[in-house]
Amino acid sequence: MNPIFKHGPSPQHRLILVLFCSGLLIFFDHKMASFESVRGYLQSLVSPLQYIANTPKQMMTWASENIITRQELMAENQQYRLNELSFSEQGMQLEIFKQENARLRALLASPLRTNMQKMVAEILSVDSDPYSHQVVINRGATDGVFEGQAVLDAQGIVGQILHVGQTSSRVILITDISHAVPVRVKRNGLRLQASGSGRIDRLTHNFVSHSADIKIGDLLVSSGLGEKYPEGYPVATVLSVSQDDSREFVQVYSTPTAQIDRLRYLLLLSEQKEHSIFAPKSSQNTSLKKSKSKTLAPVGANNAQSVKEEAQ
Amino acid sequence: MFAHNGIIVILTLVIALMATIMPLPLSVDAFRPDWVLIILIYWTMALPSRVNIITAWMMGLLLDVLLGSVLGLHAAAMAIAIYIVAENFQKIRNFSLWQQAFITGVLSALYHLVVFWSQRFLIDVTFLSSYLYPVITSVILWPWMFLLLRKVRRHFSIA
Repeated sequence: MNPIFKHGPSPQHRLILVLFCSGLLIFFDHKMASFESVRGYLQSLVSPLQYIANTPKQMMTWASENIITRQELMAENQQYRLNELSFSEQGMQLEIFKQENARLRALLASPLRTNMQKMVAEILSVDSDPYSHQVVINRGATDGVFEGQAVLDAQGIVGQILHVGQTSSRVILITDISHAVPVRVKRNGLRLQASGSGRIDRLTHNFVSHSADIKIGDLLVSSGLGEKYPEGYPVATVLSVSQDDSREFVQVYSTPTAQIDRLRYLLLLSEQKEHSIFAPKSSQNTSLKKSKSKTLAPVGANNAQSVKEEAQ
Repeated sequence: MFAHNGIIVILTLVIALMATIMPLPLSVDAFRPDWVLIILIYWTMALPSRVNIITAWMMGLLLDVLLGSVLGLHAAAMAIAIYIVAENFQKIRNFSLWQQAFITGVLSALYHLVVFWSQRFLIDVTFLSSYLYPVITSVILWPWMFLLLRKVRRHFSIA
């Protein structure tokens, strides 16, 4: 080909064409949200790339997990044994409390808390895009992941599923600027909204009145309103409360309890259903067995949370 | 696209995409160079009849999918940056390596600013100077990538 004699449309025409296409895509994707299903397919399409891009990191982790001395392993094992002992003791108590709680709820004729089904997922990649806080996980539609599913780590709520692909899906984090979680103060049940601030260690709370009883160090737990996140999981701890009477509302900031910047394993929650959602990938020993507790037979409504519970 | 070892061009672009989404520690993540942009600039400069605005737009669209941003956003920014290269490829070819590196920096800054402006327009983001850190690494990376890609182009006699 001879680049001196140009052929085909000129660069200007091409630019105008692609900018027009971009404009259409942005409009339909952002304003109309008409690409939600297409996104799933696109996500499946590019997931091989994500899996390949993740291999160096996986090799590093593999190496760091395998190159370890016997002493370290033994110490670790010892620690785990101690942990297991204390956890199983707590578990025994929890069993009793669960039964008692179910009985009391039945007496009050309020809906029973259903058990949550859990699935473990591993992070594939963290977005390098500084404008959005999203991560990609190695579970997709084949594992039963669905849009809007709550995602946790060991410390608290991390986010929810945004797009589901065939073998991977995208999680939007609670610190993303377009995300908000309904929370309540654990100490007194005061309801708040925790919005992402775009900073990885900061959540903001809008519309907190001056009379609100909120202090630095208060734990905020999910309130279950909005029915996206199950009730009672820790979300953030209050970092600063600035009472400025010249402002209309109190400025409250909090830090997420989940370690958003060092996520590795995540827990996907879903309400218990008949069919098992972690049938595939059983070769990897990652799926958690759901707790074996037998609560009373569920009565009536299957909604785990109701507004009534908020008033407790 | 596939004639004359065109597959190598695609391969370099795919590697660039992977380098863009590869997980990095948080401290160096802000300095991640614009791999895709650099490689597109080189190929547009070297083979303007084969790699041009349309290719850039498609790569941008793939980036949108990979990064989970609004579809068409990185695509538009990438197309605008590559349009400038496609219009002036004969001039840029004759510049010295350092002048080219400077131009890469300008284009990278333009790319990030276009992305920022459209994000600002869509969702309320505020400007942090860290959004422009990739410009520095892109400038540093350009001479090395240029020499490497020229070697690749000559070795596989991609025309």
